[in-house]
Amino acid sequence: MGWHLLKRRVIPVLLLRDGRMVKGRQFKDFRDTGEANTAIRIYSAQDADELVFLDIQASRQSHSALLEVVRAAARECFMPLSAGGGVSSLADVRELLLAGADKVVINSAAIAQPDLVVQAAERFGNQCIIGGIDYRGAGRDARVWVRCGSEATALDPVEYAQRLVGAGVGEIFLQSIDRDGMMQGYDLKTSAAVAAAVSVPVIVCGGAGHFKHLADAFTQTDVAAAACASLFHFGDNNPIRARSYLRNQQVLMRVLR
Amino acid sequence: MIGVVDYGAGNLASVRHAFERLAVEVEVFDDPDRIANFERIVLPGVGSFRLAMAALDSRGWPAALRAHVSGGRPLLGICLGMQLFFDRGFEHGEMPGLGIVPGDVVLLKPDHPHKVPHVGWNTLNLARPHPVLTGVKPHVDYYFVHSYHCQPADPADVIARCTHGEPFVACAGRGSAVGLQFHPEKSQPAGMRILENFAAWDGTC
Repeated sequence: MGWHLLKRRVIPVLLLRDGRMVKGRQFKDFRDTGEANTAIRIYSAQDADELVFLDIQASRQSHSALLEVVRAAARECFMPLSAGGGVSSLADVRELLLAGADKVVINSAAIAQPDLVVQAAERFGNQCIIGGIDYRGAGRDARVWVRCGSEATALDPVEYAQRLVGAGVGEIFLQSIDRDGMMQGYDLKTSAAVAAAVSVPVIVCGGAGHFKHLADAFTQTDVAAAACASLFHFGDNNPIRARSYLRNQQVLMRVLR
Repeated sequence: MIGVVDYGAGNLASVRHAFERLAVEVEVFDDPDRIANFERIVLPGVGSFRLAMAALDSRGWPAALRAHVSGGRPLLGICLGMQLFFDRGFEHGEMPGLGIVPGDVVLLKPDHPHKVPHVGWNTLNLARPHPVLTGVKPHVDYYFVHSYHCQPADPADVIARCTHGEPFVACAGRGSAVGLQFHPEKSQPAGMRILENFAAWDGTC
């Protein structure tokens, strides 16, 4: 591992339902956590490294609300923006890019329509397409789940990540359903296995409840970025504090000024 | 007035919003015949070299952009926009570029632990001073997201380098054309400074 050589990213995730922010545990029991635009302004002021917006509802109405949130974010903040949730066609990808997203997360549809990733990467560039993987279990027992954690597959996340990279994704967004919202730390075992198995950056998500969990992900695995929602939603933690904590742990972070 | 070239590729909103935030007059336009209305042009871009170049060709942009630069007027290429300045790209097959800066655009090689695409924050190492990079500090990071990198044929066209495993060219230009491999419009205050420099640049070095 050469983790000490690279700058890592800490990425707040905004889960959205009908344009409102929500947060659940293990992909259920979602509760309202406020207004997306307020959170966007705060993260912008705190110079977050990047933002990810995921629509959990994947209904037409909720998707339009997602587009509105992305448009507002693109006006408000000058940082990388990724968006996804229910993306199932090239038109969906283009719509999110036009709304102001820099990168688009394709999740369940990549399994149902393997060509979608190939075509999206060719048309919009590999660096613009993120392969989303949600899984339950860990290590050798881990299996990919689709449709917001409601449908099991027989796929192993490591092999599936390699398949997505072969199809052209430029990053992997790896999310443990078991760890989601539990604030007990990331699934380091699976994260390490996926990060070691692919040539593209891996963003790990699900489980951060303390800055130490970010440091663990960065010092014990080769993940490029750690995404978190609960960590910043509940409690007075923020990206500025996360950066200084991680710097003290010898993790390289970007310098703003 | 700054004109942002719309050739059907990707996220133009961010560049426009960034100039608006700087209170600089900006317009997104899709007709190369109108290029003379703008003092400064921005060629943005995400997407692949081949499709972007095909889109520029189909609307007659290459001649308009070359004429803009040969008239000494400032042109800023961002990310893929910078790559299109060069003679040839190799993304999804070989494709001729605009030929504003001599050289090729080739794939970055993954070199453990350095992943490709190169995504994230990285610093600039200036090869020579340039008005657009005024105020750039060696320790400050800019946002990169790319799989390909530019190889100028003439070292004099290199303005700044970055290192991701191996050094690569992060900023290159010739005359009134300047290209940035990173995204100033996504690099918060440090990037806004560069856009502000461009908005004030007269195209001379």
